[in-house]
This record gives sequence, structure tokens and C-alpha cells, in this order.
Amino acid sequence: MTESLLPVDAYLVASLPEIWFAAVMFALGMYVVLDGFDFGIGMLYATRTTEHERETFLAAFGPVWDANEVWLIAFATMLLAAFPRVYSALLADHNLLAIGLVFALLFRGLGPELREQRDDERWERYCDYAFVGGSATAPLLFGMLAGRWAFDVATLSLPALLTGVDLVAVSIVTGAAFLAAKSDPDVASELRGYGTAATLAYLGGTVALLASVVATDAGGAAEAIRSPLAVAVVALSIAAGLAGTVLARRGAYRAWLASALTLPALLSVLLALLLYPTLYPSTGLSVRGAVVSPLALNLVTVLGFPVLLLVLWYFKFLYGVFSGPVDAEGYGS
Amino acid sequence: MLPSTLFSGIDPGWVALLSPELASRAQFGWTISVHIIFASLSIGLAPFIIYFTWKDVRTDDERFARLRSFWVKVFAVGFVMGTVTGIPMSFQFGTNFPQFSAVAGELIGGPLAFEAKMAFFLEAVFLGVLLYGRERVRDGTYVLSSVLVGVGAWLSGFWILIVNAWMQTPRGYEMVSRNGMEVARLTDPSAAFLTPRMPWMYVHMINASLIAVALLVAGVSAYIVWKTRESAAWNTALKLAVVILLVTAPVQAVHGDAYARHVEDTQPQKFAAMEAHYETDEADLHLLAFPSEVDALTDPRAENLVTVSLPRVGSFLASGGDFDAEVTGLNEYEENPPVALVFWSFRAMVGLGFLFIALALWGGYLTYGGRLSDSDRYLKAMVAASPLGYAALLTGWYVTEIGRQPWVIQGELRTGEAVSSTLTGAEATLTLAAFVVVYVGLVTTALYVLKWLIQDELRALGVNEPSGDRWRGPLPEVSDDD
Ligand code: HDD
Ligand code: HEM
Ligand code: HEM
Repeated sequence: MTESLLPVDAYLVASLPEIWFAAVMFALGMYVVLDGFDFGIGMLYATRTTEHERETFLAAFGPVWDANEVWLIAFATMLLAAFPRVYSALLADHNLLAIGLVFALLFRGLGPELREQRDDERWERYCDYAFVGGSATAPLLFGMLAGRWAFDVATLSLPALLTGVDLVAVSIVTGAAFLAAKSDPDVASELRGYGTAATLAYLGGTVALLASVVATDAGGAAEAIRSPLAVAVVALSIAAGLAGTVLARRGAYRAWLASALTLPALLSVLLALLLYPTLYPSTGLSVRGAVVSPLALNLVTVLGFPVLLLVLWYFKFLYGVFSGPVDAEGYGS
Repeated sequence: MLPSTLFSGIDPGWVALLSPELASRAQFGWTISVHIIFASLSIGLAPFIIYFTWKDVRTDDERFARLRSFWVKVFAVGFVMGTVTGIPMSFQFGTNFPQFSAVAGELIGGPLAFEAKMAFFLEAVFLGVLLYGRERVRDGTYVLSSVLVGVGAWLSGFWILIVNAWMQTPRGYEMVSRNGMEVARLTDPSAAFLTPRMPWMYVHMINASLIAVALLVAGVSAYIVWKTRESAAWNTALKLAVVILLVTAPVQAVHGDAYARHVEDTQPQKFAAMEAHYETDEADLHLLAFPSEVDALTDPRAENLVTVSLPRVGSFLASGGDFDAEVTGLNEYEENPPVALVFWSFRAMVGLGFLFIALALWGGYLTYGGRLSDSDRYLKAMVAASPLGYAALLTGWYVTEIGRQPWVIQGELRTGEAVSSTLTGAEATLTLAAFVVVYVGLVTTALYVLKWLIQDELRALGVNEPSGDRWRGPLPEVSDDD
């Protein structure tokens, strides 16, 4: 039956493997952008001292974080569906980093949920540690994993660590911008300070990272970094970052948020540019070499892409429902 | 490696470190056991949530507002726990069983990706609306959100069980050599997704989740009714749970009986392990089995067991009507699963299944006489039975998964071959230990949260707890220093 519907020996379109590479990277980008600001909220939460402010931050985080986190699973399972050998090698080679990441995500997710279950100061403090610790550790480990993936370096090497730190910094930028767009002016202007510092750290970190990779030619990525497209992406990031700090200073928080969100998106684009056409440099696996057979890929395309569009549509609905300012009571009516 | 010894992976000289294979298997088994508790909580609770939400929105009946608010809180905590324990599950396919993912990727990747895209997103997005959006969406949208959360939970189960059913009865693929490795290539999607096992597994699992949650709801309700007597809301909940049990518990037994025949058709070795059937000949059906000596616990064989058996009914069941049919015995195979675990797990599940039928009938009888909330004995029994649905659900899964050993993909890939070749014993043992510590903390915390919610509810209903300082009880161990 399916034979007549789906081609068995040829991809639906000749470039379907490349389209899937782009789709996997898109899911990764969605994750870094969306859960990134969740991590930022978690880290900035540590700077709040009053219960009212803390609850405001938690209220902003509450309705959306779980849906954001699903992009990680979407990324992982799409990678598995299209490029199983890359999925298995990547995780097998980074066992401890990957397990560390899931623990960080576990504490980050449980902290806020458990906090509200009990009215006890010590209990709330433990939950806060879990929330803040998990929110800081998760992007660090995820970034280190990505650095090892792209540059074929050791865990405790400069490129891996810098990628980790970069992801932490960019999460703080988007977290600060997201919260600023939803908070009252006093809090927003404080967040502006953190956001600006984090932006400068992020831009500096990225330049240092790329310089160190070019210097050592880690993972053979030097050439790709010097390519016009990659240079353009870096230039665009710098422009967006600086524009963001200006917008923040002017109090144009929604515009700041828009420019802040482009930073992690551009970072994902950069990762894709550095990888392609290989998918996992240390194994030499390429997009074409690791992709599943035509029938399998055609199937996940036909069944999966319409669903992905539907998902994007109800994400829009979710963010529409929970738009506008927030306070400790949550999103008002 | 010796077959059928439980701890065969432990190198006697190196007891401190487990082999990567044993540690990975233990870790996978342990983490999924915890995950499945929360996942099936979502699956089983979803219909209750939909019903309570709908009633609450439509009728303004205080009873349903109360029940909705309580069980939505339970659902929310369970959901978060399901999420945070679910991510490690997908990761372990790569960190611990990369060969499995590489070999089976074409077959399992699609369903897992559909699970994320069709189910997890749906559930997570609309749970956000259900928990935080009461005032921000219209009533209809709100009720619809509860329905979509439930659809998401049931779809998760659907897609993940497609994967598991394929591992039991793989179809729709051929083995091909790619980049110097033998991998499964998808040849027929409908055969690969709708394997013979899939319908059996889905029905049995969904029904098991309904049973487990009905027992939980019944237990909590019974406790509150016992404390308060006249709470109308909780009397309603108790009655509802009993009615659901009256339907689901007998269905499970009838279905399970037919399911066993299907297992014997498709996985005769597992069926033999379920019945500890060694010689290939006619099989008796052991309705009840007790160990007559300690050995029988680890090595159940007819001579070590006191059984209540129906002679040759095993043959009759396995063949669907022939008392003299031969049932393949374990001696035919070179390597067998740990028979004791499979045999006793199966007995535990079936035994509990009959206990649930009895509890349901008893409750039905009391309801019929209008005495459901007056019988202290029944209320206490239901409180005691509240965790047992989960016990049956877990032991059933142990039958399925341990009974499949030594295969991870039946007849195609051995578990030992699926394990990572780069994983060291130290790494594997370390992560296993971390999962044990953290998940014990997690389950403990979940139980405490349930306790606090019940105490809150009792307080709201005006019951004075004997100890006034409820909030100052011992803190649960929080296993984090993150
Ligand atoms: C509340 C839980 C519960 C209850 C009361 C029962 N089961 Fe069950 N059983 C499960 C929960 C379960 C499960 C959800 O754990 C399993 C594991 C895989 C599956 O599809 O369902 C299972 C699997 C399972 C299998 C298949 C094992 C395999 O796939 O290899 C059989 C033959 C039975 N069951 C038979 C029964 C019988 C005869 C029961 C009689 C009362 C019974 N089950 C009650
Ligand atoms: C939810 C209920 C489940 C439970 C309680 C469960 C339990 C277990 C246990 C105890 C083992 C270890 C068996 C042994 O090594 O002796 C195991 C192994 C495994 N299971 Fe499951 N399982 C469940 C569902 C699933 C599902 C849905 C999948 C796949 C999608 C799956 C995939 C595997 C894999 C890959 C292994 C490791 C290889 C092996 O040891 O066979 N399991 N499971
Ligand atoms: C090896 C097997 C499994 C894997 C890899 C796995 C993976 C996952 C993941 C990644 C999540 C988190 C999704 C989120 O963020 O919302 C999750 C949640 C969930 N899983 Fe599993 N899972 C497995 C077994 C099962 C089984 C056997 C069932 C049920 C039959 C199940 C049902 C669910 C449900 C209903 C959820 C939603 C969360 C919740 O409601 O608690 N899973 N799973």
C-alpha cells in the first residue's frame, strides 16, 4: 500500500537529506532560543531578594518552560530519525556530559514545581538552589557538548568551555530581555544592566572562541569560520547584540527582546554552517553518509512536517494566551 | 555469562564496579520503572481530569471544583516528574545503547520523533493553558485544553509502544550492510508500526494505567472519606473510581489471558519462562504457585513448587483448544532469560489482577447497597490497595522486558551487542548510582507532595489533624547539591 504512496528508492526531493539537516538544526535553534530564556530566568532569579519578585519571575516561567523544553526532545528524536548513527555516536561519546545535562534539566524543572507545594522557608530555599543551579548548569553542559561536537576537542579544552560559557551568557541576555518586556519599570531597568553585561560577555566570548578555533584549527573548522557566510553571521550577531543594548537603554524592551532572540538563533546557524556537510566531524560522518534510507526519510517527512507546522501554530497560540505583563499572581486576566 | 543467574554481569573480583552492560541494563530498568509510574499516572488520570474540568465548567457544582483542583495539582506534579524522567530515557538510547539506536534507528526514530511532535508538544502546551490559563481563555477552550492534554498522554503511549512492540515482534524491515555495519532498513512502514504485538500492548497498557489510577483515586478518596465521612465530593470520587474498576479490572484479566496466548505464538521462549516450563511437552497451567524451598525463589521448577494446577490446561490455552499440544520448553534454548524474575513477576501481576477484581466486586456490592462510605473495612482495604496497581503494572513490564532477554530486538539483536563499546564500567556505575540516589529522592518527594496535598484537603474540609504543626514535619531528603 505504502509503496504506491511513497517512493521507496528515491528521496521525495533530491535534497531531502539536506532539508532534514536544516530541520534538525532548526529544532536545535528553537530549543536554544526558547529554553535559553528559561535558563536566563532561572539564573536571574538568583538576583531577586523579595518573595514578590521571585514569584513574578516564576509566574513568567511557569506556563511555557515545559513546552520549550520539548524542543530538545524534538531535536534529539529528529536527529535519531534521520541520522541514527550520528545520534548514537554523539551521545555515546559524551556519556557523562549528556547525563549531567539531564540531571541539570531535572533539577531545573522540579525546583519551581516543588517550591509551591510547601510553605516552608528551608524547603523553598532547597527548591531555589535546584532551580538556579540547574538553570546555570544545563546551558553550560549543553554548550560544552556542542563545542566538543563541532570542534572535536576534549571536554576541558578552551573551545568546549568557551562554547559552554557562551551559551550561559546568551541565555542570560534573552532571559533578561524576556523578563524586562514583562516586568514593571524598576525591575526592567535592573535587568537591563545584567542584560548588557551578558551581551558584552557573549560577544567577547564568541570572538575569543572563534579566534581560538582558527588558531588551532580545531576539528578542521578554521576554514569554515573564515567563509563569507560565517563571517556575515558573526557580524550580524555583533550588530544585533550592540543594537540590543542601545534599545534596552532607551527602554524599548520589546524591540530589545526581538534583537536578543536573534543571538541564539544566529549561534545555531553558525553551528550548522561549521558542521555542514559533515554532521559529526570526529567520526567523519556526513549528512549523506549518515542519512537513513529513502523510504524511511520520506515517511518521516510526509507524516512529520505537517505536524511540525501545527506545533508552530499552537506555540503561537500559547504565547498569545500568555502575552503581556506578569506579576506575582501570574498573568492577569 | 551464565544464563538465568541474576547477577551474572558482576565480575566477582570487581564487585565495586559493574560491567558496562549490567550497569546499563540496571540503569535502564530502574529509570524506566520510575518514568512509567508518572507516565501512566498521566495516562490514567487524564480522563478524570477531563471529566472533572468539564463538570466544573458546566455545572458550578462545588464537588467538581474541589476534585478538579485537587487532581489537577497531582497531575501537574506527576507531569513534571514524567517529563524530567522521560528525557533521560531518550538519552539512554544513545549514551548506553548506541548500537541499538544505530541498528534500529530507521525503525524506532520515526515513532519517537512523532511522539515528540504529536504528543509531547500537545501535552506540554495545553497543560500550560490548563494550569495557568483559566482566566485567559474561554470556557470552551479551557475544557478543550484538558482534552488535548489527555490526547497527548494517550498518544505518547501509542508511539512509544509502537517502538516497544516492534522490539518484541519486529516486522517490516530487512537487514542491510551500511558503512560496514548491519542495520535494519525500513521496507514496509505499516507492518513495522502495526506489529502483531502493538494492539495487545496498547490496550493492556492503557487499561493497566486506568486500573492503577482508579486504585490511587479510590485510595485517596477512601482515606478522606474515612476521615471526614460526609464529604460529598470525595464520596463521588470514590464511587467513580469503584465503577471504573468494575469495568477495567475484569477486562484486564480476560484480555491478559488472550494476550498470553499471543505471547506463546510469537515469543515461545518468554512464555516458557512465564510458566517455568522446561521440557517440551504438554503444559499444565499453574494457577497458584508457592515455593516449597528457598531454591524455588531463584530457580522455579516444578519439583520445587507447590502448585495448584490444571493439568494440561497450559497446552489448551497456548494452542487455543488442544489439551495435548506441545509447549516449547526452556531446555530448547541455549540462553534463557532469568526465569525466576519472569515467573514470579507474572504471578504477581496475575495475582494482583484477581485481587483487583475482588476489590471491585466488593465495592460494587457495597455501592449497590448504598453502604460504600460506611464500611470501614472497605475504606481501609482501598487505602492499602492504592499502590498495588502500580505494582501490577511494573511487574507486568518486567515480564515483558526481562522475558525478552537475551534479546533487545527479539531474534535480531542481543542486549549485550546493543551496549556502548566506549562506555567504561566506572562511568556506567557512576551514572547508575546517581540515578538511584536522585530517583529515590524524586519518588520520596512525590509521595510527600501527595501527602501534603491530602493534608491540605483535609484541613480545608475542617478535619483537625492531631499534630497542629503539620508544616514542621520531617523534611524529605532532598538529594541535590546541584
Ligand atoms: C494494572 C496492571 C495489570 C494487571 C492487573 C494485569 N496486567 Fe498484564 N501487564 C500489565 C499490567 C497488568 C503491563 C502494563 O505491565 C503489561 C506489560 C506490557 C503490556 O502490554 O502490559 C502486562 C503484560 C502482560 C502480558 C504480556 C507479557 C509480554 O508482553 O510478554 C501478559 C500475557 C499479561 N500481562 C497477562 C495478564 C493476565 C492474565 C492478567 C490477569 C489478571 C493481567 N495481565 C493483569
Ligand atoms: C514502561 C515500562 C517498561 C518497563 C518497566 C521496562 C523495563 C525494562 C527492564 C527491567 C529492562 C532490563 C531488562 C534486563 O536487562 O533484564 C528493560 C530493558 C530495555 N527496555 Fe524496557 N521497559 C519498559 C518499556 C520500554 C519501552 C517502551 C522501550 C522502548 C521504546 C523499552 C526499551 C528497552 C531497552 C532498549 C532495554 C535495554 C536492553 C535490554 O536490557 O533489553 N522498554 N526494560
Ligand atoms: C524507553 C522508553 C521511553 C522513552 C524514551 C520515553 C521518553 C519520554 C520523554 C522524553 C518524555 C518527556 C516529554 C516532555 O518533555 O513532555 C516522556 C514523557 C512521557 N512518557 Fe515516556 N518514554 C518512554 C517510555 C514510556 C512509556 C512506556 C510510556 C507509556 C506507555 C510513556 C508515556 C509517557 C507520557 C504519557 C509522557 C508525558 C509526561 C507525563 O505525562 O508524565 N513513556 N517520555
